[in-house]
Amino acid sequence: MSDNQDRSTELVEQVRAALAAGTRLAIQGGGSKSFYGRAVEGEPVTLQGHTGIVNYEPTELVLTARAGTPLREVESVLTDEGQMMPFDPPDFDGNATVGGAFAAGLSGPARPWHGSARDLILGMRLINGRGEHNRYGGEVMKNVAGYDVSRVVTGSLGTLGVITEISMKVLPRPEAECTLVLEQDPTAATLAVENWFREGMPVTGAAMHEGRLHLRLAGSASAVRVARERIGGEKLSDGSAWWQGLRDQTLPFFASDLPLWRISLPPSAGNLDLDGDRLFDWNGQLRWLYTATPAAELRERASSLGGHATLFRGGAPDAAVFHPLTPGVHTLNQRLKQAFDPDGIFNRGRMYADI
Amino acid sequence: MAASVYRSEDLTFTVDVEALLQRLGNALEPDSLLVDEESKRPFECDGLSAYRELPLVVALPETVEQVQTVLTICRDLGVPVVARGAGTSLSAGALPHPQGVLLSMAKFNRIVEVDNARRIARVQPGVRNLAISEAAAPHGLYYAPDPSSQITCSIGGNVAENAGGVHCLKYGLTVHNVLSVTIVTMDGDVVTLGSEALDSPGYDLLAGVTGSEGMLGVLVEITVKLLPQPPVKEVLLAAFPTVDSAGHAVAGIIAEGIIPGGLEMMDNPAIRAAEDFVHADYPVNAAAILICELDGNTEEVGDQLNKVRGLLEQYGANDIRVAANADEKARFWAGRKAAFPAVGRISPDYYCIDGTIPRKRLAEVLRRMEELSEEYKLRIANVFHAGDGNLHPLVLYDGNVPGEFDRTEQLGGKILELCVEVGGTVTGEHGVGMEKINQMCVQFEKGALEQFHAMKAAFDPAGLLNPGKAVPTLHRCAEFGAMHVHGGKLPHPDIPRF
Repeated sequence: MSDNQDRSTELVEQVRAALAAGTRLAIQGGGSKSFYGRAVEGEPVTLQGHTGIVNYEPTELVLTARAGTPLREVESVLTDEGQMMPFDPPDFDGNATVGGAFAAGLSGPARPWHGSARDLILGMRLINGRGEHNRYGGEVMKNVAGYDVSRVVTGSLGTLGVITEISMKVLPRPEAECTLVLEQDPTAATLAVENWFREGMPVTGAAMHEGRLHLRLAGSASAVRVARERIGGEKLSDGSAWWQGLRDQTLPFFASDLPLWRISLPPSAGNLDLDGDRLFDWNGQLRWLYTATPAAELRERASSLGGHATLFRGGAPDAAVFHPLTPGVHTLNQRLKQAFDPDGIFNRGRMYADI
Repeated sequence: MAASVYRSEDLTFTVDVEALLQRLGNALEPDSLLVDEESKRPFECDGLSAYRELPLVVALPETVEQVQTVLTICRDLGVPVVARGAGTSLSAGALPHPQGVLLSMAKFNRIVEVDNARRIARVQPGVRNLAISEAAAPHGLYYAPDPSSQITCSIGGNVAENAGGVHCLKYGLTVHNVLSVTIVTMDGDVVTLGSEALDSPGYDLLAGVTGSEGMLGVLVEITVKLLPQPPVKEVLLAAFPTVDSAGHAVAGIIAEGIIPGGLEMMDNPAIRAAEDFVHADYPVNAAAILICELDGNTEEVGDQLNKVRGLLEQYGANDIRVAANADEKARFWAGRKAAFPAVGRISPDYYCIDGTIPRKRLAEVLRRMEELSEEYKLRIANVFHAGDGNLHPLVLYDGNVPGEFDRTEQLGGKILELCVEVGGTVTGEHGVGMEKINQMCVQFEKGALEQFHAMKAAFDPAGLLNPGKAVPTLHRCAEFGAMHVHGGKLPHPDIPRF
């Protein structure tokens, strides 16, 4: 277990000093997602050592932890109480932190059924670009006081401030889980999974690769048993390891140095019609792709289907990682950045060159 | 001008009324512009009728272009704008501004599409919450958030307030069920936030706009996700000898790993009022009842039903009923759904409070509320979304008794401050609006309030959208703080006081 220590005073001082000196800052948690986003120049601000679970009350379904707390630690504390982080954040190299999970806003394979990081956040403490350290949201399920700053900051990759503490909703871990493998092409599989879900089957994962559907069922033992009998297919002996491999990108598919694209699409979006090796997650709404197709063409195609494309790994340091924003949205993004970080000191350029 | 509900600092707009009416008249049909007092009267308040204010003019646009035009005119002339859906807000969020335009979205009442395959509905903001589920029903789908006012409240208002309902613990609030919105900004730009995919590039502005109480932009289209209707639903009703034991039962159910579709609690005064009103055969001698709805597939619900029944017994329920059929399920819910009007029958007036607390503090909060009830000599009936700690104390008062409403408001404020004190919030689902703006000073530090103002300025630099609501100025907090001293310390000692 990491120590229970509060470095927030020191972190606030560092931010204020940077503001006074006009220095740019590069915020770091565990470094597990350093490959993600554009390169940032700046003096490091580390959340290492700012650790500890501040409040955890299983029957309240809320856990509050300092941002530098390793994700694994939170997961293990929750597991002991039969609970979990429903959005299943990736841990990649095992060094991910709570703050990093919400700053990146990435969610694992259960996302379409269990919600995302932004769905599960209840509150946060944040040091903004005026050097103010404040709490937003709180530690209760229903709270609509003030703008939903915690959700706006979730997924902002440290460009709006330093997250120092997170309060999140947690849920009971399902009693039983099983993974089935079925031979099916992605289009048929997507439809089948959707129909099983509509029939009330406890679907919590659906991924397709090389003509095979991996389907995760999780719920009461009786519901999982009945669904398994109804659906058929082969039972995978170590299903949870497979899903962890998908979540943390340790499956063989991800063992390539080629640029990896992440394409997020509406339900039943159909075929991208692009060359390259691909893996579908989120029942077809998330597609991982290695392709020689030029970025502009790929983004054009994703846009035309109502989605967007991210150069997730392996691009050139100055490549445009994130999908271009429409002019109106881009303007609002710039103004929001200005509202939180008037001097532009936090993770400048990590998302977009001017943000 | 008559005394206004607004503070003087929110009434500093200098409006060229003649120019405004002329330009609006050129932009809208005559019947879409209400100027005379009689026509404006129905718009003077929302669901919190204690606050009333006539706007300069009511505009009822029919197209996105007209909304753009109205906002552009208001921007050019520096006129405040308050957008309004069905006017069911309980926090005076849609209270008109006396120097401004009340922008009614009532004509935006079309369901644009319901797509069964993608499980989405694209709707205009004036569409009623329940109408979405009705349109989705033929496909076996529904829209999950269900505020008690769902028969009349609009989806635009739901997004503006981040409305909740009785199914939030399991299915989330509005923010969890909206995929995308199109807004018109005060610059007159039309911007779509979010998408039909499960995420979108850039900042999560959709989350920023949801629950922003009409302060950031005007909604003109909303895409919501639809869920399959659960194959099975069971409803239990359990009577408890004490409110405490009912509270412990709620924690016990969740500790068992069960997340009910709905989990509601009513105390004795609320039970009696509801029973007198709808005759649902509620146990009128119980100190509290729990209504628990379990939904999902046959096996899951079957398992949960047995477990929940056992737990309710274990925690001291002395009367447990499982609804035998659809009629009985509806009856179990009828009393709860009608709790507010039911209380309205036993008192000339009632005032609905809305705060959230960590559930473990329930007994303490109820005890403190009883003390406050005695101190202020006002009765309180309690209805809770027990699963998520959202309280709705209903304060019974008589508006015709001089001073009684003021006392009620003060009591309400005290209850909200109590919610903050125990680690909760001043609003779980109704919004801050005009009603709870002073209590925001208690819940948020100065730096957070300043950040909220900066965020608003990012969308609405001139501060024309719904001024004087949702986020207090520091001046207001300084004045309010002068009345509310906590632990011998002023909340904002560094702000000059007037």
